[in-house]
Amino acid sequence: MVRFGSVGLAYPTPRGDPGQEALRDVSFALGEGSFTWLIGPSGAGKSSILRLMQAALRPSSGVVSVLGTDVGRAERAALPALRRKIGVVHQEFRLLPHLSAWDNVALPLRLAGRAEGAVRQDVTEILDWLGLTNKAARAPAELSGGEQQRIAIARAIITRPALLIADEPTSELDVFEARRLIALFVEMNRLGTAIVVATHSEDLPARHPARVITLAEGRVIDAP
Amino acid sequence: MRRDAGGRADPIGLRGALADRLLVALIAAMALFATCALAGHEAVSHLAMRWQKGANAAVTVQIPNPTPARLEAALEVLRALPAVRDAQAVDSTRMAELLRPWLGDVAGLPLPGVIELRLADLAADPVLIGDRVAEVVPGAVTEAHGVFVARLAAVARALSAGALSVLLLVGVVGASVVVLAVRAGIAARRDSVMVLHMLGAADRDIAGRFARRTAWLALVGAILGVLLSGALLWGLSHLAGPMLPDITSDDLPVLGLAAIPLSAVLIAWGATMTSILFWLRRLP
Repeated sequence: MVRFGSVGLAYPTPRGDPGQEALRDVSFALGEGSFTWLIGPSGAGKSSILRLMQAALRPSSGVVSVLGTDVGRAERAALPALRRKIGVVHQEFRLLPHLSAWDNVALPLRLAGRAEGAVRQDVTEILDWLGLTNKAARAPAELSGGEQQRIAIARAIITRPALLIADEPTSELDVFEARRLIALFVEMNRLGTAIVVATHSEDLPARHPARVITLAEGRVIDAP
Repeated sequence: MRRDAGGRADPIGLRGALADRLLVALIAAMALFATCALAGHEAVSHLAMRWQKGANAAVTVQIPNPTPARLEAALEVLRALPAVRDAQAVDSTRMAELLRPWLGDVAGLPLPGVIELRLADLAADPVLIGDRVAEVVPGAVTEAHGVFVARLAAVARALSAGALSVLLLVGVVGASVVVLAVRAGIAARRDSVMVLHMLGAADRDIAGRFARRTAWLALVGAILGVLLSGALLWGLSHLAGPMLPDITSDDLPVLGLAAIPLSAVLIAWGATMTSILFWLRRLP
C-alpha cells in the first residue's frame, strides 16, 4: 500500500537550489489495513514522510509508492485523484474558515463530484457518529479545539479513504479528547483503513500497541 | 455561510478576497473607455467615408481657350506624370449642365476647358502639377481643394485606427487589473487554496472558482460602464449633431456596445484562469 525505497528529500532553498536534507535513505513498507506509529523528536522527519505520503511533495531521490502510484514520477495531473483517496488530519486542523462545519465535512465529497443527495446522507451520518450533529451549522471559529479536531477527522474519513494520515493529532487536545481520538482511529483501522500517526509522544504507542517506526535526524533508526 | 453565485458553499471565501467594489469600479471605467473608443472609431470612420466621397474630384485643371490641341497637350503632360493616376477632360455638354442652375443657358459664354485628375499619391504637390501644365499650356490654372479633403479623410482613417488601438489597450489594461486583483486574492486566501489542493481539487477546479467570481464582477462592471458611457455619448451626440447631420441613432454601434460586457467577461475569465493555473503550477 505504501512503500518507501531509499528515499531522500531536500527542501529547496528560496533560490531553488537543493537545501539541507530532511530525509536520507528512508525505506519501509506499510501493508493494507495496518496501524503504524511514526515517532521521533521534532525535526526527525515525521512530517516530511507524511507529506510525501499524501503527495504534497515529491522525493529528491528514491521511490515513494502510495496506493500503487509512484509519487516521484506520476504526471502532475494524476496526483489530485491520488490525494482524494487519502485522508489527512493536520495538527492545526486546517478547516476552511468560510465554511460551516457541515460544508467542511462535505467538501471532499463535492470535490469528488458526488451527487448532493449522497453528500447530504453521508455527512449527516458521520456527524451523528462523531456526536457533532448539533454543531453542523457553526463556523470553525465557533467550535472548541476538540470539536474542530473531530470535524477535521470527519472531513478526512468522509470518503472512506484506504489510507488515513495524522500529524501530531493529539497535540492540541486534552487527555480525554486525545483518548477519544485514538479510540476512533483504532475503530477505523478495525474497519479496514490503514492508519499512520506521527507523534513525538511515547505514551500513545505504549497505550495502543502497534507497529512503531522510529526516526531521528531524517533517518529510520528502527522499523520492525 | 458564504455561497457562490450558484448557491454552493464558497470554500475559498472569494467574496471578501478580491476587492470586489474596486474591481467593479475599475472594470466599469475600462468599459467606459472602451465604449468611447468604439463610438469614436465609428464616428470618425463615418466622417472619413463622407470626406472621401467629397474628395473624388481631387484636382481640377482649367484650360482657358480650350482648343482641342491645347486640351490634348495638357492631357498628354498630365498623364505622363507619375503622381497622376488618371486625367479626363470634362465634356463641354456636361459642363453646360453643371452650370445651368447658376448661369442659365451658357451656350454663348467663353467657358474654360476642365480636366479632372485622380492622384496616385495624395502627398503629391498640386502646385508642381499645375506649374508643369502651365509650361506647355500657358494660362492653365490648377484647383486642388479636393486634395486637402482627401488628406483630411486619410487623417480620419488614421484616427479611426488609433481608436481601435485604444480599444485593444483598454482590453490589455483590463486584463492586467484582473490579474493584479487575482494575485491579491490568492495571497489573501493562500491557506484555503492549499487545503483545497491537498484535498484533491484539480487545478482547473480551483482556478474556475476564481474565474467565475471575476467574470461575474467584470460583467457587472462592464454593464455599469456601458450604461454610463451611453449617457455620455447621448450628450456628445447632441453637441456634435449640427456638425454631423447625417449621423443618427441608427448609426450607433449597437452590436459593438453589446459585445463590450461579453468581452469583459471573457477577458476576466481568461486572465484569471491563466494567472491561477500558472500560480498552481508551483505546487506539486
